[in-house]
Amino acid sequence: MELVFVILIGVLYAGGIFMLLRRSMVRLLIGIALLGNGANLLIFLLGGITKGKPPVIGDAARVFTDIYADPIPQALILTAIVISFGLQAFAIVLLKRVYVLVNSDDLDDLNTPEEEDI
Amino acid sequence: MTSNAVVLPFIVHLFTAILLLFFWRKTVAQRIISVMGSTLALTVAIGLFSSVWNDGILTMQAAGWAAPFGISFVADVFSSSMVLLTSFSGLAVAVYSATGISRGRMLFGYFPMFHFLLMGLNGAYLTGDIFNLYVWFEVIIIASFVLMSLGGRKAQIEGSVKYMAMNILASTFFLTGIGILYGITGSLNIADLSLKVGAMENRKLVDMTAIFFIVGFGIKSAVFPLYFWLPSSYHTPPSAVAAIFGGLLTKVGIYALFRIFTLIFVPDDFLSNLLIVLAVLTVLTGTFGAVIKNNIRRLLSYLIVCHIGFMVGGLGMYSEVALAGALFYLFHDMMVKTNIFLIAGLIRKLRGTMNMDKIGGLYAEYPLLSLLMAVVLFSLVGIPPLSGFWPKIYLFEAGFMDHHYALVAAIIIGSFATLYVIAKMWAKVFWKSQPEGIAGVEDGFRPMSNFRRSLLVGPIVFLAAITLFIGLGAEHIVTVVNHIVREMKDTSPYIQAVLEMHVSP
Repeated sequence: MELVFVILIGVLYAGGIFMLLRRSMVRLLIGIALLGNGANLLIFLLGGITKGKPPVIGDAARVFTDIYADPIPQALILTAIVISFGLQAFAIVLLKRVYVLVNSDDLDDLNTPEEEDI
Repeated sequence: MTSNAVVLPFIVHLFTAILLLFFWRKTVAQRIISVMGSTLALTVAIGLFSSVWNDGILTMQAAGWAAPFGISFVADVFSSSMVLLTSFSGLAVAVYSATGISRGRMLFGYFPMFHFLLMGLNGAYLTGDIFNLYVWFEVIIIASFVLMSLGGRKAQIEGSVKYMAMNILASTFFLTGIGILYGITGSLNIADLSLKVGAMENRKLVDMTAIFFIVGFGIKSAVFPLYFWLPSSYHTPPSAVAAIFGGLLTKVGIYALFRIFTLIFVPDDFLSNLLIVLAVLTVLTGTFGAVIKNNIRRLLSYLIVCHIGFMVGGLGMYSEVALAGALFYLFHDMMVKTNIFLIAGLIRKLRGTMNMDKIGGLYAEYPLLSLLMAVVLFSLVGIPPLSGFWPKIYLFEAGFMDHHYALVAAIIIGSFATLYVIAKMWAKVFWKSQPEGIAGVEDGFRPMSNFRRSLLVGPIVFLAAITLFIGLGAEHIVTVVNHIVREMKDTSPYIQAVLEMHVSP
C-alpha cells in the first residue's frame, strides 16, 4: 500500500514540476494542481497509514487501548485542500484575464520591455 | 505567562477588514476606518511589546487545548517587535493610501485586502505552530495576489502571474517540509518540534527536511537563485502596495527563516555554509541587477534582493554578533524599504514617471522635500550615524571573527553598490535639471490641496523619524536585539513558556 503511494507521490511531483516549467498557462494551472495533490498525499503517507482503526474511544474504555489512525494528517490535508482550492480559483481567473489581455496562451507574449514602464 | 492579548494584533485587523466590507462603495468612510484601525493596531502592538518586554514571553493556547496538541500563539521579544514594526509601516501606508491609491481600486476592495494582509503578517509573527504558520502564509499570499493584480493594467497582470506561480510553488515546498517534519517527529508545535528534532539521531534526514524549508522560505524572501519573481513583479503595483510588499512581505520570509533555523533546525556546518553561499550570491546578483536599472522601482526591487543577502548571511554565520547584526539590519530594513517605495510613489506624483532619464530638478523645485528624501536614502546606504551603518559593523565583526571573508567581501561590494546606485539616483533625479521636451511629464503634486499633500508627505516623515531614531538611538535597538539573540541562543525559556502551560496553574 505504502509503495503505491510513494510512486504516486513521485509521479505527481515530477508531473507538477514538469508542467510548471512549460510556457503555456493552462499547463501552469495543471502543474499547480498536481503539485498540491502530491503534497497532500505526502502528508497522508507520512502521517502513517493505519487501516480500520478509527480514533474513537470505545464506551468501556477511558483512553485508547489499541493502535489507532492518526486524525491530524486528515485535518491538515483538509485545510490544505481548501486553501489550494482558493488559490487555484484565483489563478484560473487571473490567467483568464491574461488570455483576454494578450489573446495568447504563451506566457512569453506577456513580457513588457522596461522602456514601457511608467 | 498566558494572556489573550497575544492574538489582539491580528484580531484588530480582522475586525477592521470586516467592518470595511460593510462600507464597500463608500471610499471616504473606508479611508477613515482604515487609518483608525491601523492606529488601534499600533496601540495594541505597543502594548504587546511593552508587556512582553517587562513580563517575559506571553502565550495563548487556542480554545484552551494544552500545548503540543492545540495551536499555540506565542509572543516573545522577536515576534512582538516584528509586530510593532509592521504596525508602524501599516499605519504609514494606510495614511499614504488615502491619496496614493486611485478611487477605482478602493471601490474593488483595496482597504479590506490591505487589512487582511496585515492580519496575515501579524498572525505569522505570533503563531507557535508550524502548520498554522503555513495557513498564515496562505492568508498573506492570497491577500497579496489581490493587491498585486487590483487595477488590471497589463504590466500588473504580468507581474501577478510570476508572483502567483512562484508563491504557490513556495507554499507547496513549505507544505512538503511540514509533511516530512510531521512524519519524522509526529508534532507540529514549534517548541515541541525543537525538542524532538534536537533529539533526532538521523541528522541527514533533518538536514534534508531543512532544505525544503530553505527553498520554501527562500522563494518568499527572494534568496538566490529563487529571487527572479521579485524584480519582475514589484515594480508593477501602485506604490503604496509596493511599499507594503517591499517592506514587509520578503521580511516575513526572513522572520520565518530565523524562527525555524534557531528553534527547530539549529544550523550545523552544512546548513551554515549553505546559507552563507546563498547569501553571498544573493548580495552579488542583487547588486548587479540594481546597477544597470534605470527605473526607480526596478532598481529598488534589486536592492531588496541585495539586502536580503545581508540578513541571510548573518543567520548563516550564526554567532551572537552575526545574529545581532542581521536582526538590527532586519529592523532597519523594514522601515527604510517601506519608506523608500513611498518616496518612489511621491516622485511619480511629482513627475508622472519613474524613469530616471525623464525626470530631474527635484532639488531646485522642492528643496525641503528633497532633504527629507535624502535622509531616508542616506539611511539606506548606511552613512554613519544613520541606521544602515550600525548593523554592518556587527556583520563585519562577525565575519572577521569567524573568517567568512567571502561574505564580508560581498557585503562590502553590496554596500558600495548601494552607495553608487543611490548616488546615481540622487544625481539624476534631484540635481540634474529637468530634461526638456519629454511627453507625459507633469506635476500631479502641486495642484493638490494642502491636506492631500500632507497625507502623502506625512507617512514619509513619520517613517523617516523612526529610521532616525533607529540610527541615532542605536543603543536602544542594540538592547532589544541582544535580548532577542539571547532568546535565540537559549531557547529553553521559549519552550518552557509554551509547553509547561498545563503544569503551572
